[in-house]
Amino acid sequence: MIQVILPAHLRALAHTGGEIRLEVDGQVTQRSVLDALEACYPVLRGTIRDHVTQERRPFLRFFACQEDWSHELPDAPLPDPVATGVEPFLIVGAIAGG
Amino acid sequence: MSKVRVLVGTRKGAFILTADGKREQWDISGPHFAGWELYHIKGSPADPNRLYASQSSGWFGQLIQRSNDGGKTWEAVGNKFVYDGVPGTHQWYDGTAHPWEFKRVWHLEPSLTDPDSVYAGVEDAALFHSADGGQMWQELSGLRGHGTGPHWQPGAGGMCLHTILLDPSDPGRIYIAISAAGAFRTDDGGKTWRPINRGLRSQYIPDPTAEVGHCVHRIAMHRSRPGVLFMQKHWDVMRSDNAGDSWEEVSGNLPTDFGFVIDVHAHEPETIFVVPIKSDSEHFPPEGKLCVYRSRTGGYEWEALTKGLPQRDCYVNVLRDAMAVDSLDSCGVYFGTTGGQVYASANAGNRWAPIVPDLPAVLSVEVQTLQ
Repeated sequence: MIQVILPAHLRALAHTGGEIRLEVDGQVTQRSVLDALEACYPVLRGTIRDHVTQERRPFLRFFACQEDWSHELPDAPLPDPVATGVEPFLIVGAIAGG
Repeated sequence: MSKVRVLVGTRKGAFILTADGKREQWDISGPHFAGWELYHIKGSPADPNRLYASQSSGWFGQLIQRSNDGGKTWEAVGNKFVYDGVPGTHQWYDGTAHPWEFKRVWHLEPSLTDPDSVYAGVEDAALFHSADGGQMWQELSGLRGHGTGPHWQPGAGGMCLHTILLDPSDPGRIYIAISAAGAFRTDDGGKTWRPINRGLRSQYIPDPTAEVGHCVHRIAMHRSRPGVLFMQKHWDVMRSDNAGDSWEEVSGNLPTDFGFVIDVHAHEPETIFVVPIKSDSEHFPPEGKLCVYRSRTGGYEWEALTKGLPQRDCYVNVLRDAMAVDSLDSCGVYFGTTGGQVYASANAGNRWAPIVPDLPAVLSVEVQTLQ
């Protein structure tokens, strides 16, 4: 099971708690994790990545294992600790705006 | 007994204010969607408990919320706004071509007859429609594609389609307005459109009388006379007596004719309200005195309505969607400010009082009159 941690506003929107656990089929990548997340919580479609381009929204970042994965390719494998559920995949809102 | 429900969108959430017909004691509900921008909330005329809300944020984009119980509970519905076909380009601030990009929904206009039918005015300017209660959205692309679209240019607030007026006497007729392209009308339900800006003069564009390019801030109509329109342009208050085919200036004795809001009395089609703002660079009332101006003659002659409004040191703005009227026998008028006040008058503006003084900056105010 993959662990995903969402920003507070998206947790409220999805009516979910602090940590989400997901089954991900195949290789664990940004795309496969987000696909699984959106399949479980359709209300999140369009809030993390663009509906059409599937690009990450500019004020969100993807962190894992103390590293910023935001600029990695969406199909690049995530680190083993994320794939094995030891470490979470974090979706983080930028500290910006008011 | 009648009551009113005021739907307030703010920079940091939505608030619902309710009162009985006396409009003296108010119940405040909210914030709903705390922390999000609520550009607009509006109820269906066909089912007052059906509400639609535009919820957005710079982080998470656009959501549409729907309520079936007057705002007690909400559910997120469709948020996929995709332009029809290849979107093409409009002009950027510097005059270069810029691709059409969806940013947010500014205004939601439910159908007059069908609670599941609702229009959305978006930035970058386009009109969308949903026939299934907001689940799926389709662009009415005849507007953006009618010919002048590549010449449209954003105003300072973005290139937003902010006004949607549905003609109660003609289901095919819709008026919309875009900042800073101007006003447009369809007579066939949105298939074809034409600019309706003849008579507007805007000194800030190369050709002051151009077909498009005018920064229209708001248009209002009275249900009983849908061919008579009132407009608050960037500068100038205007009226049209022929469904927008031509306009004449009715600013008259206003202290400044810059402003954002304009609305019409529920029972007196020639009584209109504006809030003059000092200028396009000084977005606050002249002399720090907040005044609503009322004309009982459809423009030209205006009277200041000041009782109950701050008459010193007031430097707030009133944004384009932040005024509304109820339809009780004694017409109520409501407006919200960027300082977070929502003011109400139960007597057509003669006397005002704040319903609530300290909300986040108010983006929109709508009112429902309930039986």
